[in-house]
Amino acid sequence: MKQSKLKIDSIEKLESNTFLISLKSNQSNEVITPGQFYNIKVSDNDFPLLRRPFSICDFINDRLYFMFDIHGEGTKMLSQKRIGEELDLLGPLGNGFDLSGDFDTAIIIAGGIGAAPFPYLIRKMPENKNVVSFLGAKSKSAVVKYGLKKIFISTDDGSEGFHGNVVHLFKSKILDFVDKKIKIYACGPTPMLISLQEFVIQNKIDCQISTECSMACGFGICQGCPIEKSSGDGYLLVCKDGPVFNANAVKL
Amino acid sequence: MTGIDLSVNVGKLKLKNPVLLASGTNGYGNEISNLTDLSKLGGIVTKSLSLKPRKGNPPQRIVETSSGMLNAIGLANVGVESFVKEKIPFLKELNTTLICNIAASSIEEYVECTKILTAEELISAFEINVSCPNVKEGGLEFGNDLNAVGRITEKVKAATNKPIIIKLSPNVSRISDFAKVVKQEGGDAVSAINTLVGTAFNIWTKKPKIKNVTGGLSGPAIKPVALAKVFEISRNIQIPIIGIGGIMNWQDAIEFIIAGSTAIQLGTVNFINPNAGVEIVEGINAFCEKTSVGKISDLIASYQI
Repeated sequence: MKQSKLKIDSIEKLESNTFLISLKSNQSNEVITPGQFYNIKVSDNDFPLLRRPFSICDFINDRLYFMFDIHGEGTKMLSQKRIGEELDLLGPLGNGFDLSGDFDTAIIIAGGIGAAPFPYLIRKMPENKNVVSFLGAKSKSAVVKYGLKKIFISTDDGSEGFHGNVVHLFKSKILDFVDKKIKIYACGPTPMLISLQEFVIQNKIDCQISTECSMACGFGICQGCPIEKSSGDGYLLVCKDGPVFNANAVKL
Repeated sequence: MTGIDLSVNVGKLKLKNPVLLASGTNGYGNEISNLTDLSKLGGIVTKSLSLKPRKGNPPQRIVETSSGMLNAIGLANVGVESFVKEKIPFLKELNTTLICNIAASSIEEYVECTKILTAEELISAFEINVSCPNVKEGGLEFGNDLNAVGRITEKVKAATNKPIIIKLSPNVSRISDFAKVVKQEGGDAVSAINTLVGTAFNIWTKKPKIKNVTGGLSGPAIKPVALAKVFEISRNIQIPIIGIGGIMNWQDAIEFIIAGSTAIQLGTVNFINPNAGVEIVEGINAFCEKTSVGKISDLIASYQI
């Protein structure tokens, strides 16, 4: 974890509201785990005041990639940045996904911009593992397939792929995996994660979820991003103890 | 650094420079020490400690506002016992002045915490939080009550030989009356200000943006208010003041010193720039060089009105 100013190397619009930005890292030997994030200052003044947390989308040839939707003023400003401008980054932060385990097939379940951490996860996945991706979006224009493999798509309005949500789509395909040892990696809106969590706990499926929460510092000092432990009393912090948790470890 | 004397005396508490990190914005020093050199600062103030651990409020705990943020963390902390066992050993390695902030829901609890922690040599002073706006019992109710602040100061002072700083609430009509009571009861200094009570609503759901409904406003949005409160105390009461409220850079820090602060604390800025403290110490030094101020203490309450 360190604070550094990095230059924007590229910025492109992937879909109507989704952007991909890359920055040249000044340390090619940086160790980054898929699922970790950076807390990024999108302006050099007090508006917006706080940093914005973004999952690492990819890290290749010392370039860091972040995928984001325009959601508010901060992400709008980020989308308007130009190549060569500098951003102040703090990271990598958080724990990241655990790529080890007794499985032969990694199943990615992503809702909307929840797809952001998976291109890098797929890149770092050991070669002997299969990867299958389930991707859900509101409609066809919001489907962002960037960096994913073997994709099944669902849309809320049925404009592409399965008509419904991505957890339903995954459940409808579960029989395809009966002879496989699977591990699920999921990221997306909280209602999606809740519905998935219920299913994987019932069926005893190994599953890690990447959660989100408003946060200020991103490294544990502000205590602003609690998430309730599933057993015992008290909270974990999304920024420091997460953002990735085993599906049975937290109450969503 | 050149020959400029940046040291200040907050009553009996000697600091090598006036820059402290505020309670609740540096944890117990460990995470932030990876991103900055705490030994270059005047010191750090710990997250509020209570006698027993507190798990804090449910999410959402924070929300960003115009030039500020609201928080309702709810004094989440490890409790005095774990602090001594688990946090003090690490804090010893940091080579910085340690001030312990204490929050409690009764006068007895303040006294008990102070007594236990007084045994720790590493702790240079106590800051008593009588003004947390985010817990139901104690907190703000004490901070709003002149008698309560007076009694807490008196009892805590009697429980320790270490300097006592009372952290004052801005959510009162005359803050200088509270500083006066602190002085009368033997308090060594006051810190001002704690956060201002605020709230924010989501216009679509009509629900408050933080679970606690109200929270404490901090950040650059509150700086003018904080300066006015520091100035009010400075003009009316002879007591050392630690100025807090929206300080983002060395210029802000100098402004607080001119307005009457002997030392300053950085809060929200630590979340955005964890190295701000070191940068501000350097900035203050450069300012003194440029303006031929040999001792930073000459600048305290140097306002020209």
